[in-house]
Amino acid sequence: MTPLTSLPPGGCGRLLSLGGERSFRRRLMELGLLPGTEFRLVRLVHVGGMVEVEVRGCHISLRMSEAEQIEVEAIAP
Amino acid sequence: MSNLNEGSILIALAGNPNTGKTSLFNRLTNTHQRVGNYPGITVDRHSGNFELPKAGEVEVLDIPGNYSLSARSAEEQIAIGALSGLPPYPAPDVVVLVVDASQLARNLYLALQVIELEQPAVVALNMVDMLDDEGREVSPHALEQALGVPVIAINAREGDGLEDLKAALDRVLAQPEKGTPGARWAHEDPLLQADLLAVHRALPESWKDGRAHREEALAAWALLSLGDDDELQRVPDDLRAAVAHRRRLAAGSGRDIDEQLISARYEWIDKHVAAATRHPNRSSAWSERADALLLHPVVGFAALIFIMGFLFQTLFSWSGPLIEWIDSGFGSVSAWIVTVMPEGTLRSFLTEGLIAGTGSVLVFFPQIMLLFALLGLMEDSGYMSRVAFLMDRIMRAVGLHGRAFIPMLSGYACAIPAVMATRTMERRRDRLLTMMVVPLMSCAARLPVYTLIIGALFPTGGDTGWIDVQGLLLVGMYLFSTIIALVAAGVLSRTLIKGPNVPLILELPPYRLPQARVVGRMVFQKGRVFVTEAGTVILACTVGLWLLSDYPGLSDAHAQPLDARLAALEQAELDPATRAVATTEIQRERGALQREHSWAGKLGHTIEPAIAPLGFDWKIGVGLIGSLAAREVFVATMAVVYGAGEGEGATLSKLRKKMREEKRSDGAPVYTPLVGLSLLVFFALACQCLSTVAVVKRETGTWRWPFFMLGYMTVLAWVASFAVYQGGMALGFH
Repeated sequence: MTPLTSLPPGGCGRLLSLGGERSFRRRLMELGLLPGTEFRLVRLVHVGGMVEVEVRGCHISLRMSEAEQIEVEAIAP
Repeated sequence: MSNLNEGSILIALAGNPNTGKTSLFNRLTNTHQRVGNYPGITVDRHSGNFELPKAGEVEVLDIPGNYSLSARSAEEQIAIGALSGLPPYPAPDVVVLVVDASQLARNLYLALQVIELEQPAVVALNMVDMLDDEGREVSPHALEQALGVPVIAINAREGDGLEDLKAALDRVLAQPEKGTPGARWAHEDPLLQADLLAVHRALPESWKDGRAHREEALAAWALLSLGDDDELQRVPDDLRAAVAHRRRLAAGSGRDIDEQLISARYEWIDKHVAAATRHPNRSSAWSERADALLLHPVVGFAALIFIMGFLFQTLFSWSGPLIEWIDSGFGSVSAWIVTVMPEGTLRSFLTEGLIAGTGSVLVFFPQIMLLFALLGLMEDSGYMSRVAFLMDRIMRAVGLHGRAFIPMLSGYACAIPAVMATRTMERRRDRLLTMMVVPLMSCAARLPVYTLIIGALFPTGGDTGWIDVQGLLLVGMYLFSTIIALVAAGVLSRTLIKGPNVPLILELPPYRLPQARVVGRMVFQKGRVFVTEAGTVILACTVGLWLLSDYPGLSDAHAQPLDARLAALEQAELDPATRAVATTEIQRERGALQREHSWAGKLGHTIEPAIAPLGFDWKIGVGLIGSLAAREVFVATMAVVYGAGEGEGATLSKLRKKMREEKRSDGAPVYTPLVGLSLLVFFALACQCLSTVAVVKRETGTWRWPFFMLGYMTVLAWVASFAVYQGGMALGFH
């Protein structure tokens, strides 16, 4: 049970499951962040409460509070 | 919402945001563009015309950029309607799918949806020059094999590949089957097939055209889009019920329909993108390095403050000469008319009504154009998303969206473009909340009022000290308005405009050099909206104001004594200079008397009891009524009320002098610093701008919210001024 926000910046992960309301999950999936997808955590900005990930060549940022509902497993880059 | 000329060929342009879709649209249509509205929704409908070698003149419709056809808001619903020809939209003859080669997988997701709908399509594969540097290569040929529709490599910014694209459009128009390969992937799960079948049966007749695959794609759209909290329009209850039923069944067995539908498409994409791409995608390294600084909690904020400082500097200092130039231009036209036309109603209408009105619209024009240009640069370069990234936490604290920061900031220039800028927000509730508080930001029109009052009633720092009271007060007014706007947002978001805290998903596109073409066109189009929307209201108000303050003329009972004095002056033996001074004085008295007895004066007297507790007299009341056209009209109105426009010298300094000299009937001065402060607070908070009200009406589509805004801001202004004035009096300031 690893939330996305616990990955180290620069680290890679594989998405296991998405939490949150339906339209949030749907939009993330449509942007290519599906269960099973590999991604890279680009940065975590604690002050602003934001996280940025790169998935399928796109950079997407989320609030940390919402990214905590995304479960991942760390993988080797 | 039909083609301009019935039966003409319609081409729809679709694509993700930041893919070069707008560049392509501009390249294709050049200057032949129109901006209209979609029925019932405040989304601009951009369309244009261009020539195809074979098919001739065609109309092209620029569909708002989106990542997917699935929708939850009425704004997002435009895409599915306009691309698949659901009523009331006409079906396009061909869809041009703009696909950014550097973000191929995500872009293809939308392309697949359109192809599923059996809409004849052509893919315009936008290869930005950056691509070659990074060694990535996408093969248009391989992509064409996979998708089954023509794929044309273009460079939208440079305009390369347009002839090939046009030829492909001609081919597909002649033989639509060449761009209509049918669905690219199959649903293997029998349960999902049953869902699609059940929803398919519930589709309304008007959505059906006998093509089974298209109808199945619409069923998939409905399954993915309809839900408990969507804001979609024209969806029959039967369809809703069918979708809800199937979703319940799926949830009962632990199946996620959304995930099944979306991952089926991505599985296909992942398989075929690998075949079409020679090197795996790598991130745009340059943008990422820039973001290491620009999104940094310290450096990034410093950069943001620097950029905002530059924006303000530009808006308030560098637009100054242009504003003065326009102002004096209108002044000279007025002066010229005065010399060539005989005195009378027509002259007065032209100079004080028409020209003054047009002038007060256009005087804002340089500032607003500059604001649009700067915002356009920020948007087109990709920096705007970074601003939302940095500001989200602060904005969220008061219930606002990260994207609300730019509209709020634009509010410092003018609430009208700021209200229009709320369109970048997806949720209606977020837009509404931002619109309600944007007019509290101290706009440029308040500045002349602040300057007048502060200059007249508060001491300058002079040689006595290095702290300048006037400057401090001005900064204080901006700070005050900002804090009140944030507090108002906090209060409204917890009471009247409550809503769930909507999750934020921001795309951070790679930085790009902004294009003059794109920014210029945006400035031009928004400028036109400003002139037509706000301009007409301001002009009408100024003319109305002129009517109110010029009519009715002076009654005989009032006029006779003055006329008699004038006549006596003529008879008296005086040197010409003294006579001229005395004549001017009598004419000034006559003017003042006429204004007091005009409708405007009567209105001022009528509202005096309501504003007396704030320390205002009827003359200020006239000014307040006048400022409903536009706040800076207050200065002009006060100049008229006090007759400061007549005679020699600068109007502003004469007006300040007259304000300082103005006495109440008991001999006490009307304008004390306390009255000044009360007036400043009133101007900061009151919604004295009918153009803003009109624009909010247009953007919300109802009168309820603009009236609410007018109401709450007026009450807020009155209460705050009352507290300042009465509190000050109680504390012994007079």
